[in-house]
Amino acid sequence: MINKSRKVKNTVMMSLFVISTILALVPLFGVLGYVVLNGIGALDFDFFTNLPKPLGVVGGGMANAIVGTLIIITIASIIGIPVGILAAIYLTEYDRTSWLSTAVRFTTDVLTGIPSIIIGIVVYTTIILRTKQFSAISGGIALAIIMVPLVIRSTEEMLKLVPHTIREAAYALGIPKWRAIINVVLPTAAKGILTGAMLGVARVSGETAPLLFTAFGNNYWAKSLNEPIAALPLQIYQYAISPYEDWHRQAWAGSLVLILLVMVLTISARLIFRTRKG
Amino acid sequence: MGQRITVKNLEAWYGPGAERTLKSINIEIPANQVTAIIGPSGCGKSTFVRCLNRMHDTLPGARVSGEILLEGQNIYDQDPVQLRKTVGMVFQKPNPFPSMSIYENVVAGLRLTGVRNKEKLMSTAEKSLKMAALWDEVSGRLNYSGMSLSGGQQQRLCIARALAVEPSVLLMDEPASALDPIATLRIEELIMELKKEYTIVIVTHNMQQAARIADTTAFFLNGELIEYGPTSEIFTNPMDKRTEDYITGRFG
Ligand SMILES: Nc1ncnc2c1ncn2[C@@H]1O[C@H](COP(=O)(O)OP(=O)(O)O)[C@@H](O)[C@H]1O
Ligand SMILES: [Mg+2]
Repeated sequence: MINKSRKVKNTVMMSLFVISTILALVPLFGVLGYVVLNGIGALDFDFFTNLPKPLGVVGGGMANAIVGTLIIITIASIIGIPVGILAAIYLTEYDRTSWLSTAVRFTTDVLTGIPSIIIGIVVYTTIILRTKQFSAISGGIALAIIMVPLVIRSTEEMLKLVPHTIREAAYALGIPKWRAIINVVLPTAAKGILTGAMLGVARVSGETAPLLFTAFGNNYWAKSLNEPIAALPLQIYQYAISPYEDWHRQAWAGSLVLILLVMVLTISARLIFRTRKG
Repeated sequence: MGQRITVKNLEAWYGPGAERTLKSINIEIPANQVTAIIGPSGCGKSTFVRCLNRMHDTLPGARVSGEILLEGQNIYDQDPVQLRKTVGMVFQKPNPFPSMSIYENVVAGLRLTGVRNKEKLMSTAEKSLKMAALWDEVSGRLNYSGMSLSGGQQQRLCIARALAVEPSVLLMDEPASALDPIATLRIEELIMELKKEYTIVIVTHNMQQAARIADTTAFFLNGELIEYGPTSEIFTNPMDKRTEDYITGRFG
């Protein structure tokens, strides 16, 4: 009797787990499949090499948006990765307990939870309203602000994994602390830090809201970093809400490219981490 | 050449409100000899040797009082970073730098303190690895990761790394306790060899080991130095009852 009821309970629970797992996977694969299905058709050579065509003209591509996204992400990385890593070094290696590091840690946590559109508004009011110019730089800054707390957190975790005995071994050789950090601690944690940084980049590369008021978008090539610049998420947004069939197709193709970009970043980050014990 | 260490009224604390970990230690450590520090676990052996290269007083909150003279110079008047080039240390668990090759590990103490000359680095690496009796085993694979070596080899690599900065004192905190008997024997032979050029202070919980390699032995108990003298005296004819109890295995 008891045995039987236990078996029933077991089966019921097991089915619940399986069903929940399937429910979680359905939207994921649904979204992926849907984007691939709809996007692959419009994904041709022109899409990668041409500018958008004027309204009503069929064809054209998103070359400027693809390059624009890469430029904005690069700017964000150049600012966000070093700032994040250096701040994490300060927090873990120099100062784990003072009010400053407590404040930074708290701010980092709060910042991670702030909706990205707020970051966009802040950059808009502090930079755009002053320079009177939408720009790639301001877009990069907005994304960097989102990236910094992510990089700080992941770098901190990786630095904490470096055993204290490794640091002591360096000090015992008469190596100054800053040298020990740069040449012993950082290289030991390098793969983990790099992985975290790349996941941070992947995380911001699809951000749309903060770019609306900063990079703004552009149907042509931007000639400098100080003018409005196209970006994939913006272009997708603009095309998707338009009433034109051809633009919808291109929006799907853009989505596919964006997903591929994020996936490549994420997967290479995982691969780097996997080769840890190289 | 080795240098002589004179410790006067050394006391050590781990925190402002904490109890005294070392209580008024007075000891003279002769140059070019092996001095063993023995005593039960928690009696302050590690704390004591970590005072000798100022690893202790750089811990947050930790403090010492008293004097430690290295050839007559108080080490607490010196820059701790510089001091550690003269007073080297080998730890209980082998700790090669994981990101570095065997060669890079050996010369790390030189390279990271500004020595650039390639020939000097290479010749020091060879010399140090030979002194640590590791050269024959690794000379063909200096570019392999230090982590690719066995535990015993890793510990000899750490000894080579400590020797490369040319210290005059070598502190060893239970350097063989994580190793198998054969690797332990090799480290002991090495220590006998090294004392020609270095003053060696070795912490060990293994009394046979102290008896085999040490010229002088110091017995610590509860943060106090109970007895100190020639190893043969300490082991055959201890003056203090507590020393006798410890070496005959009555506690610890
Ligand atoms: N980092 C530390 N913080 C606080 N107390 C410590 C620390 N390290 C050691 N102690 C304490 O100091 C005493 C001596 O420790 P230690 O020198 O490591 O002993 P031993 O090496 O002889 O086993 C012990 O009571 C230990 O608990
Ligand atoms: Mg100890």
